[in-house]
Amino acid sequence: MAAHIDDLVDFDVALEKYDPVLGFEVHVELSTKTKMFSSAPNVFGDTPNTNVTPVCLGLPGVLPVVNKTAVEYAILIGLALNCKIAERCGFARKNYFYPDTPKNFQTSQYDDPIAYDGWLDIELEDGEVFRVEIERAHMEEDAGKLTHMGGATGRIQGADYSLVDYNRSGVPLVEIVTRTIEGAGKRAPELAKAYVAAIREIVKNLGVSDAKMERGNVRCDANVSLMLKGADKFGTRTETKNVNSLRAVEHAVRFEIERHAAVLNSGAPIVQETRHWHEDTRTTTSGRPKSDADDYRYFPEPDLVPVVTTAEWVEELRSRLPEPPADRRKRLKADWGYSDAEFRDVVNAGVTEAIEETIAAGTTAAVARKWWMGEIARLAKNADVEILDLGVEPATIVELNSLISSKKINDKIARQVLEFVVAGEGTPTEIVAARSLAVVNDDSALGAAIDAAMEAMPDVVAKVKGGKLQAIGALMGPVMKATRGQADAGRVRELVLQKLGIEG
Amino acid sequence: MSAISREDVAHLAQLAHIEMSDAELDKMTGELGVIVESIASVSEAASADVPATTHPIALSNVFREDVVGETLTAEEALMNAPDSVDTRFRVPAILDGE
Repeated sequence: MAAHIDDLVDFDVALEKYDPVLGFEVHVELSTKTKMFSSAPNVFGDTPNTNVTPVCLGLPGVLPVVNKTAVEYAILIGLALNCKIAERCGFARKNYFYPDTPKNFQTSQYDDPIAYDGWLDIELEDGEVFRVEIERAHMEEDAGKLTHMGGATGRIQGADYSLVDYNRSGVPLVEIVTRTIEGAGKRAPELAKAYVAAIREIVKNLGVSDAKMERGNVRCDANVSLMLKGADKFGTRTETKNVNSLRAVEHAVRFEIERHAAVLNSGAPIVQETRHWHEDTRTTTSGRPKSDADDYRYFPEPDLVPVVTTAEWVEELRSRLPEPPADRRKRLKADWGYSDAEFRDVVNAGVTEAIEETIAAGTTAAVARKWWMGEIARLAKNADVEILDLGVEPATIVELNSLISSKKINDKIARQVLEFVVAGEGTPTEIVAARSLAVVNDDSALGAAIDAAMEAMPDVVAKVKGGKLQAIGALMGPVMKATRGQADAGRVRELVLQKLGIEG
Repeated sequence: MSAISREDVAHLAQLAHIEMSDAELDKMTGELGVIVESIASVSEAASADVPATTHPIALSNVFREDVVGETLTAEEALMNAPDSVDTRFRVPAILDGE
């Protein structure tokens, strides 16, 4: 492949002249136990070609049978995207030849998707809401996984051969297709990222997908075209395939806008084609042009009968819908009394659920935020892991907090105890006991330490007696030393004054 | 006018990955034309108020519960494979799919 570097136009300059038009196709892998049309397990990461049946391999004579749960998940996704649900729909064969599809067709839906005509409100970072119209969400099946071997880059270009694993073949997919999105302007890349993030959040919240982009559970094809400002006709679009992280979606849309602008400025036409995204260089390269090969000769799948949805069934599913993520965030922010910035930080840190659970377990919203965004976040940063990966339980926070409020330990010790919890030493109470970390409140033990300090520092005692109460601070060092830092400073002061017969 | 042209047949052959000689194309153009014409007679019977039929039996909602069943072993899956590496099928590199 020629090492052609595309010319680019600076993003802001491009946006002065052109309006970007977007469109997205997002594939969501459903987390059903079995595949779309066979009872093979739908499991990621197993030994290749062990989760297969004759149906997954497209062997002669097999018959597919529809997974009812997959249909219900597809309806749930449609409802969550404010779609109408088809009263009757069917499956179709999309014919093409490629080794990832052993039947030589993908079973999909063509002109009668199960869900259609929906919308989704996307909240951008500054709170602006952008409505994205959903054209359709249809059911289909995933293809097998090809690994290209040999060649320089592990990419298909230059590969010697490919290895095929059909464990993914037949995994249920729902493909969500937007209508053309106009008017995003310079916020197009941000909107692209926010849209995919919203879809991911919704399917995760519905419990219908594991929604891990790094595993390909959610995959995005991003369509981009530019039109001259004031023009009334769309430009030619390109489709960037398999952009599989939120950051990549944002970068890919931005890159294509900059590239299209350069091509159009040079007077050349945009070639309607698929583009491949390269994360390492953050660029796209030309895939294949749209051509006759895109004639998929769809026709109704004769082996599958139609799906008919009754109002009763759809309403039963609607009653299962959880609170939409955006509504939930609004409610939580109000309940917790966090500022906009505080709440945004919590969301970005991915600890919304953790804080919710911690509050439910028995702390205030302020205390929960202090721990998760403070000490726990700091430990995670030091360990270079995600906050949730530290495995701190809400119950641990509640326990630490109650140890502090009952004055068994102070804030500083509590932070140490948390570190020991993370290191796997046990619960806070167990650690405080095992490491003798409890604040010394026992007056006889404290009294002995204070007596020893006073005896060793008669001049300090004289100063205190003479009215210089702040001199008590000098006694604190030896007392803390004798109690290994576990004395309660307030209590030490009270006892000293009491011993000297001075009113605090 | 024939219902199907020689170019249509060549196009279909290409889509179906079937190599055809000039003589075969000519023959098929005639035969497919007859088939298309005879099927077209269906449209004389169908009117706008007759919904398209994709199945001869009026069945719907033939579902399976989401329960894992029997699977093949990798050995069984690969039994008829012309070539394999470990438990995967090995195929020639084909440019430009995904």
